[in-house]
Amino acid sequence: MSSSRRDFLKTASAAVALAGCGRAASTLDTVPSPQQAAPSPGLPQSSPADASVRDLAMEALNVAKDAGASYADVRFGRYRRQSINTRERQVTNVSDTESYGVGVRTLVNGAWGFAATNEVTREGVQMAAREAARISRAARAAQKRPVVLAAASAVTGSWRTPVQRDPMDVPIEEKVAMLLSANEAALRVPKIRFVSSGLQLLREEKTLATTDGTLVTQTFVRVGPQFTATAIGDGDFQAYTHELAPRGSGWEYLAGLDMPGNAERWASLAAEKLSARSVEVGRYDLILDPTNLWLTIHESIGHPTELDRAMGYEANYAGTSFVAPPEKTIGKLRYGPEFMNVQADRTQPESLARVAWDDEGVPADTWLLIERGLFKDYQTTRDQVSWISGLTGVQRSHGCSFAQSWSDVQFQRMPNVSLLPGERELSLDDIVADTKRGIVFKNRGSWSIDQQRYNFQFSGQVSYEVRDGRIAGMVKDAAYQSRTPDFWNSMDMIGGRSSYWLGGSFGDGKGEPAQSNSVSHGCVPARFRNVNIINTGRQG
Amino acid sequence: MPIKLLSRDEVKSLTDRALAASAAVGQPDDVRVNVQSGWTGNTRFAGGEITTAGGSTDTTVAITSSFGRRTAAATTNLLDDASLRRTAELSQRLAKLSPEDPEALPTLGAQPVGTIASAYAERTADLTPEARALAVQRVLDGARSAAGDLGNDLFVAGYLEANAGVAQAVATSRGLFAYHASSDVTLSTTARTPDGTGSGYAVAGARDWSLVDPAELGRRAARKAVASRNPQAIEPGQYTVVLEPQAVADLISQLPGSFQARAAEEGRSPFSKKGGGTKVGERIADPRVTLFSDPTDPDLLGQPFDAEGLPIGRTVLIDNGVLKDLVYSRYWAQRRGVAPTGGASTYGGFGGGGGIAGGLKMAGGSKSVDELIAGTERGVLVTHFFYIRFLDQRTVMVTGLTRDGTFLIEKGKVTRPLKNFRFNESPLFMLNKIDDLGRAERVRAGMVVPSLRVRDFNFSSLSDAV
Repeated sequence: MSSSRRDFLKTASAAVALAGCGRAASTLDTVPSPQQAAPSPGLPQSSPADASVRDLAMEALNVAKDAGASYADVRFGRYRRQSINTRERQVTNVSDTESYGVGVRTLVNGAWGFAATNEVTREGVQMAAREAARISRAARAAQKRPVVLAAASAVTGSWRTPVQRDPMDVPIEEKVAMLLSANEAALRVPKIRFVSSGLQLLREEKTLATTDGTLVTQTFVRVGPQFTATAIGDGDFQAYTHELAPRGSGWEYLAGLDMPGNAERWASLAAEKLSARSVEVGRYDLILDPTNLWLTIHESIGHPTELDRAMGYEANYAGTSFVAPPEKTIGKLRYGPEFMNVQADRTQPESLARVAWDDEGVPADTWLLIERGLFKDYQTTRDQVSWISGLTGVQRSHGCSFAQSWSDVQFQRMPNVSLLPGERELSLDDIVADTKRGIVFKNRGSWSIDQQRYNFQFSGQVSYEVRDGRIAGMVKDAAYQSRTPDFWNSMDMIGGRSSYWLGGSFGDGKGEPAQSNSVSHGCVPARFRNVNIINTGRQG
Repeated sequence: MPIKLLSRDEVKSLTDRALAASAAVGQPDDVRVNVQSGWTGNTRFAGGEITTAGGSTDTTVAITSSFGRRTAAATTNLLDDASLRRTAELSQRLAKLSPEDPEALPTLGAQPVGTIASAYAERTADLTPEARALAVQRVLDGARSAAGDLGNDLFVAGYLEANAGVAQAVATSRGLFAYHASSDVTLSTTARTPDGTGSGYAVAGARDWSLVDPAELGRRAARKAVASRNPQAIEPGQYTVVLEPQAVADLISQLPGSFQARAAEEGRSPFSKKGGGTKVGERIADPRVTLFSDPTDPDLLGQPFDAEGLPIGRTVLIDNGVLKDLVYSRYWAQRRGVAPTGGASTYGGFGGGGGIAGGLKMAGGSKSVDELIAGTERGVLVTHFFYIRFLDQRTVMVTGLTRDGTFLIEKGKVTRPLKNFRFNESPLFMLNKIDDLGRAERVRAGMVVPSLRVRDFNFSSLSDAV
């Protein structure tokens, strides 16, 4: 096997620190205001594609063309994943996985085909290219509308996620010590009997070449911490999971969370839930902290604005969208109030969806999905642009093509989707102070939404009742249930720039076979009037 | 791509090489090697045409090394000797740096592991892109023919996926070797009417492709789509429901976590008792409910050993309504002085004691769904559910939505289509509200359940979604 391995440790330490990286995500300049131009992705260069990988790429593309492809791309992926899990005073799992392979995608007579193999050799890529073309031709039989790709310029270059300290370089003892120290702090809290904490780390190195002349290499780093404490009462148990957002960031982010220093406070919330009052059902003003609201954005704005979903392509699994058809919704559908602006991007620093180029070689973009409360545009890939360019005037792909690994085909995935801050510098406390009767939700609890993204039901890890501008105590078993257009149109207060926070997930699911997407959502605290609060406990 | 199944001997030679690589780079007290190898081929369609289709092959080798009670695992898909040595070395280095795990156990020696040969069917492994495209065409033709005037305008989407290969092979430095190959194919389809008010779903699958009828699937989904047009809303509340097997499976698959012995004994499960102990031996469901796991069951044909190589036999979780067996990891079984049931994950046991390996089957009666409907005075017929998530671990209370074919039953007949509901219900409570059971059917690999008629199912709010 001829492909050479680069020494990641050496190149990581040589990476130039990007101006702005390492700061907390809530600082002002990580939040672009509406209509700001996308920041340039021309950032620290890691070494360009290996000569051997480049040769294999060209071989794959040539074989694909010979087999009849009008367009083809080839993606080499090297994935290194490390996972550490602990409970109480022991380590339950330490694992390190590497996976390397190549996938070829072909367009023959307007039909897609894809084939992937772990044999990264001349014979392997040839077979994959031929198999992909074969699959394309087999799909032709049941074809109605040939795929048309929007133009994309050939790009060459390399990029890597800017980090101060590569998490893969950090010794295992340091990682384990941090987690066990957090557990120990939590176990000091009365009634806390169980605690689990962990880390998921990923380094993805991707080389993409296309028949348009694109050849790009990117290295992504993503980290995801986890912490849950469980309190045992008399015939009852309550858990608290702190919302530790996964990020496209390095060890500095994980260290900055100070899990050992905060674990005691987090665990005491689990204990407090044991004696919290069970919520009284009814209509309340709902105040959502960003640690909870980000997921509501993901489910009720992120997903319905995926264009393929709106056109029915996810009907068999993830569902369809009420934000359809495009001709009835673009510029017409009122999603929320005038001060509501929702941005899509693959550019926010420390975000999970940040790239220089997507999996079709399209440069990262920043655009508005919702502008002044009106739905404006969808998420798109190259083959989707022509479906709506007449309505949006946009001729380029927004760069949403992504595959979770070398063995999966790339398709339209969610970019970061963020609720932009309001004009006034308001905080969660300011919103509480303005509220007569409400419930505050923090962190994620349960989440569920229907197949067209209308009816949803969410809860948090902790909720608090608000009376006459003050927190009146913790309540439990609470969930909020609403209908998307009614919900966003009932929003009447929104936080300012200092309250902006970047949540996210490694586990955004879509597609058949299902693939996981990593995505971040920035948002501010917000208030929603007169929302239905239900009780999901034993009495519910 | 043409794949040749790695034979038992070929896999043994790979695991021997991995064990030799481990011995060459260090002296761990224990080494376990897990291999998975195979092929997957898929064809997705929407709007009456194939949208994406692909296939991939891979072989992964996981090496878990232990020094005393220090354990770690490293995985690779590069199979040359140098890569195996590198992976073994990484695994050993990580293990030496890990703290001791007081619950670590030595790996197993040779075990009496059975073979489930019929879990692998050549016909499924041979499902070429052309054959898959042809199957999709049959689904589309079937849907069109069953939709009458709407036939040409019906929006039909779906997915066909075939998998074949070595599902799992385990080898240890103490002489264990186990090998299991399996194949499986699933075909599902959703049909939607052009006015956007009707939607129907159907799914079928088997280990052997020759048992699947694509045209019939298309017809079933299309009939439901046409029948579900212009749904009417009825008030949320508690209703008698007839749940098709897919709907029952959606709910039953929320249960396995509750059967962990450790969680139950630690007070963290619906089967924990106030004051200590578990509800084993107590009635927790209707006496007609029997729920078990057994890899040799001809409807399940599951893997007869877990990732540690521990043989998996028959585990009866609920026996005629009584909570019978809980699932014990090796560590927890040893602590409690009972036999382990197996099911640990690839990277060593996690605290609660494994999942339900070997598949899950709920015994049924003999009635068809139509017969259950005929015996219903007033109720709601549910095809399947969507987006089920936990609300409360203490009661297994979950929430979700109905989807793709929800109908009103009056005096034994389906009378009109209904708007979809959100429900808040617990599958555990549901098993206590059973009115009647239908025939058990395979819903997907490792899940065989009957249709059910259930009383007082809680529909909590209406959904506009079709």
